[in-house]
Amino acid sequence: MGSHRDLPAGMVNHIFTDTGSSSFTEFVRSHSPDLLPGRNETLATPVGDQIPHATTIVAAICAGGVVIAGDRRATSGNIISQRDMEKVFRTDDYSGMGIAGAASAGIEMARLYRVELEHYEKREGRTLSVEGKANRLATMIRGNLPMAMQGLAVVPLFAAYDPDVDGGRIFSYDVGGGPYEQRQHHAIGSGSIFARGALKKLYREGASPEDTVLTLIHALYDAADDDSATGGPDVIRKIWPVVAVITADGYHRLPDEEVGEFVRTVIDSRTNFPDGPIAPLR
Amino acid sequence: MPFGYVSPEQQMRDKADYARKGIARGRSVVVLQYEDGILFVAPNPSRALHKISEIYDKIGFAAVGRYNEFEALRLGGIRYADINGYTYARDDVTARGLANLYAQNLGQIFTESLKPFEVEIVVAEVGDSSDEDHIYRLTFDGSVFDEAGLVAMGGQAEAVAGRLKEHYRDGLSLAEALEAALFALTEPGGERFPASQLEVAVLDRNRPHRKFLRLSGPRLERLLSDGAPAAEAATQPAQPAQPESPLSAPETPGAPPTAPDGDIDTGANG
Repeated sequence: MGSHRDLPAGMVNHIFTDTGSSSFTEFVRSHSPDLLPGRNETLATPVGDQIPHATTIVAAICAGGVVIAGDRRATSGNIISQRDMEKVFRTDDYSGMGIAGAASAGIEMARLYRVELEHYEKREGRTLSVEGKANRLATMIRGNLPMAMQGLAVVPLFAAYDPDVDGGRIFSYDVGGGPYEQRQHHAIGSGSIFARGALKKLYREGASPEDTVLTLIHALYDAADDDSATGGPDVIRKIWPVVAVITADGYHRLPDEEVGEFVRTVIDSRTNFPDGPIAPLR
Repeated sequence: MPFGYVSPEQQMRDKADYARKGIARGRSVVVLQYEDGILFVAPNPSRALHKISEIYDKIGFAAVGRYNEFEALRLGGIRYADINGYTYARDDVTARGLANLYAQNLGQIFTESLKPFEVEIVVAEVGDSSDEDHIYRLTFDGSVFDEAGLVAMGGQAEAVAGRLKEHYRDGLSLAEALEAALFALTEPGGERFPASQLEVAVLDRNRPHRKFLRLSGPRLERLLSDGAPAAEAATQPAQPAQPESPLSAPETPGAPPTAPDGDIDTGANG
């Protein structure tokens, strides 16, 4: 840091140096770059299985919005490192993201991303367009690519309500960035193969948010059924998936009791049909 | 004594006079507590150049004086809050810290640079109860005042504050507080500012996440018409009961609640 004489109009603090950009990340990079994630020197050994990984996230578009849900398990190799992890985050009033991959890096990315969106909004007096939000997230993931190669990959799933189309939108990413807009529904993480299979059969276009929540919980159940890293509903400890509905009314995380009701419906129906509802063949 | 010598006392006095004159040229801004938080009211015909802004979850900002100068302070404040909230936790960002930062900088500018900032600002933080609300007023020379309940600054600040005190009491409803603010901002015998000429915002402690909310358009008009009869309530006991709190009224569909209403440049039209 130089002397305050380099600063505009006699200011004594570098917080007043304008980077000319509305991006919070750009400002942090010039003000205190050590706070940014992914700036560590390349790790000597890949850390892959030694740190907790978050697993399955599912999202589906419903009437007037989008629903996003995630299981609660984090694993380090074959160890369950956390049973009640939260990996679906509110990023602003009309969007949320779920993370799969290295849990620590994902949480930090979600935190930074939330500030990034708010910073723009407060500075400019308007919210970013949904495409703008999705692109900004892509840049952040691309910045994490060197760490991803060492086993600290983070892949988010971004869901937002778009006032311009009065409906929900879903964007997926890979470790190199993105975004890839998804029609109807998508799943990421280790259990995503099984969740996607279930979603294909159970998804109904234009279904109510409630029905879509049920669809997603079925999909998560199927993922937990076949993927050891995805946690199913924990009836003993009453740990249910995190479910958020994003509509014109904003981001709304369903309270645990409400999710518990949906989970009970799913478990009851699976008591008779362990593989879940049967999709009509014709 | 060398020719052209100006004593430090004289220098400071000149700078202070210069700043005071600049600030008194504009219109006043009023900040006051109401039962659910803190209300900001500024007569402002512009919809894009704000005098009132959100700084962080619980912190709001209001300013009078030169736009480019208080805008630099506002942006710096947003950076300060965002970087501290990101480094530590969101609850660790306080109005006191921000007021100190502003005080340091304003003080330094006042003593060091040729031209002091012609601004006066308020940093307000809403707490879980009205006892935990804080309103700090900062003047051009970096002095900080911890204000109790209400502040008027800019323009004919003393006259406005006097009128505001007449109508102010603890635990005003939002409509009553707005009525008190408008009474204070209107010169005796003068005409009231219409809703389109007002910039109004609240820090509402009952909102989740971010407490700051701009009030404009139909919602503001409804509040203004609610407030007008409430002030005459003593003579009209048969008040129709308000069906609901004005703030719980549904949002205009599709409009983001924290962004300003009305025609703003969305960048969509090239």
